[in-house]
Amino acid sequence: MAVLTTGKRVRWTVIDVIVVVYALVPVLWTLSLSFKSKATIGDGYFIPQEWSFQSYLDIFQTNDFLLALVNSIGISLIATAVAVVLGTMAAYAIARLDFPGKAALVGFSLLVAMFPQVSLVSPLFSIERSLNLFDTWPGLILPYITFALPLAIYTLSAFFREIPWELEKAAKMDGATPGQAFRRVIAPLAAPGVFTTAILVFIFCWNDFLFAISLTATTRSRTVPAALQFFTGASQFEDPTGQICAAAVVITIPIVLFVLFFQRRIVAGLTSGAVKG
Amino acid sequence: MSLTVDAKHRATAKPVLSEGKRAERRLGLLLCAPAAIVMIAVTGWPIIYSVWLSLQRYDLRFPGKQEFVGLTNYVTVLSNGYWWTAFGTTALITVISVAIELVLGMALALVMHRTLVGRGLVRTVSLIPYGIVTVVAAFSWKFAWTPSSGYLATLVGPNSAVLTEKVSALSAIILAEVWKTTPFMALLLMAGLALVPDDLLRAASMDGAGGWQRFTKVMLPVMKPAILVALLFRTLDAFRIFDNIFILTGGSQGTGSVSMQTYDNLIRGLNLGIGSTMSVLIFIAVAVIAFVFIKVFGTAAPGSDSGRR
Repeated sequence: MAVLTTGKRVRWTVIDVIVVVYALVPVLWTLSLSFKSKATIGDGYFIPQEWSFQSYLDIFQTNDFLLALVNSIGISLIATAVAVVLGTMAAYAIARLDFPGKAALVGFSLLVAMFPQVSLVSPLFSIERSLNLFDTWPGLILPYITFALPLAIYTLSAFFREIPWELEKAAKMDGATPGQAFRRVIAPLAAPGVFTTAILVFIFCWNDFLFAISLTATTRSRTVPAALQFFTGASQFEDPTGQICAAAVVITIPIVLFVLFFQRRIVAGLTSGAVKG
Repeated sequence: MSLTVDAKHRATAKPVLSEGKRAERRLGLLLCAPAAIVMIAVTGWPIIYSVWLSLQRYDLRFPGKQEFVGLTNYVTVLSNGYWWTAFGTTALITVISVAIELVLGMALALVMHRTLVGRGLVRTVSLIPYGIVTVVAAFSWKFAWTPSSGYLATLVGPNSAVLTEKVSALSAIILAEVWKTTPFMALLLMAGLALVPDDLLRAASMDGAGGWQRFTKVMLPVMKPAILVALLFRTLDAFRIFDNIFILTGGSQGTGSVSMQTYDNLIRGLNLGIGSTMSVLIFIAVAVIAFVFIKVFGTAAPGSDSGRR
C-alpha cells in the first residue's frame, strides 16, 4: 500500500518541515537568547552573532535560580511519587475490582480534572496560611497531587485494562490473595504504564505556575516557573533577559529528554487516558 | 478475620457475599480511599470554605473588619465593569483559540497519522510544545514581540508595540495559547482517527468520494465523540488561561482573564472576600460549560463508560 512516489515523498517532507519549524521556533529563540552575549542580546537576530555562556554562569552563581531549581525538582518528584502510588492503587481497583462507590470515584475524579484551579487559590491561600503550610513544600505538593490524581487514575486504568488478567486468576488459583496477586503478578506487568503515567504527572507538576506563584512567597518553596519573574540580573538595572532564557533552557532539558526517549509512551498515555477512558 | 468467620456463620441463614467477594470489595475500597480522601480534602473542603469566604467582608489589610455580609460581594463583583471585561476577554480567547486549535489540531493529527516520511520525528517534535513549561514558552513569545530586539517585532515593523495595544496583544496571547496546546488537541484527535476503519475509507474511495468528501462524510462522523471530548477538555482548559497572560501583558490593556482578576484581588489586593467570590463564579461558569457539553452536545465524558463496565 505504501508505495512512495517522489512527488508524495517531497510533499510529505515539506509538510514535516512545516511542523518541525512550527514546534521548534519558540524553543530555538529562547536557546538563542540564552547564548547571546550581553552586548548583542538586543540585536534582534535569530542566531547569536556573538556566542557567550555568561547567562548560564550568572544563574548558577546566584542562589535564586539554584534554590528554585532544587524546589522544582524536589516538589515535582515527591508529588509525582505520591500521586502515582495513590493513582495506581485506585486505578487497579477501578479496572479490576467490584466494589460500591466505584462510579462515584470515577465521576469525582472527572470533576477534579475539570475543576478550575484558580477557584482553589483563594481558599487554599487562606487555609494554608492558618495551617502554616503557606510557602512550604507540602503547600505545593498537596494541590499538585490532587490535580495529578485524575490524570494518573485515567491513564493507569486505561493501561490496566490491557493487561492479561488471566495471569491474576491463575495466581489466585495457586492460592494467592487478591493483595498478593496485585503485588507479585500485576505490578511487574503494569510497570510500563505506571512509568508513562509518572512522566505525564511529572510534566504536569513541573509546569505549574498558578499555584507556584500564589502559594509561595520566598525562595523557600518558590519553583522555577514562579522564580523567573523575580530575576533582576546581576545589578538592579541590568536586563535579565539572558538569565531568564538560560534558566528557561535549563528547565526545558528534562522535557526534551522525556520527549526524545519516551515519545511513543507519552503519545500512548495521553491518547489512552483521554479517549478510551 | 472475625468478620469472615461471622460471615461463614451467617451464610447458613441467608445468602451473603462470598468470602472472596467480600475481600474484593474491602480491597477495592481500601485501595481507592487514599486517592479519594486527598482529592476531597484538597478540592471539596476548600470550595465549600470558599463559598463561606465569599459571603464575608474579608480584607487581609484590615483583618479586624471581617464580618458576614451576605451576597454583597457578589453584587460588587457582578456590577463591576472590570469583571465583565475580564469575563468577555476570557470567553473571546477561549472561543477563538479553541476554534483555531481544532482546525490546526485536525491538520496536525492527519499529518501525524498519515505521513509516510518521518512519522516518529513529527510526533516527537509535536510533543515539545505540549511538554514545555507554559511560562518558558510565554517568555519566548514576549521576547519575540519586544520592540526592536525580537524577531517577530522586527517582522511586524520597526514601530510595533504588539503587546501594548489591546487587539494585537490579545492576538499574541491567542497565538501563544494555540502554539502550546494544538499538539495536545492533535493527539486527542489522532486517537479518534485511529478508530476510523481503513476499509470504510477504501470503500468510500471506490464509490468515487474525493478526499474532502471522505473527510467530512466518513472520518468526521466516526470521530465525533473524540472531537467532542477534545473540545470539552480544551475549552475548560482555555477558560482557566492564566500563565500566558501573566507573562505577556500582565493583564494590562484589558487583556486580563477571570483567573488574572482573581489573582490580582487575592494576592496583590489581599482581598479574600472578593477573591473567593470570583473563585466561586469561575467554578460556576466552568460547571455550566461542562454541563452544556455533556448534556446538550452529548459528549461522553471519559470514564463515564468505565464506571458502568
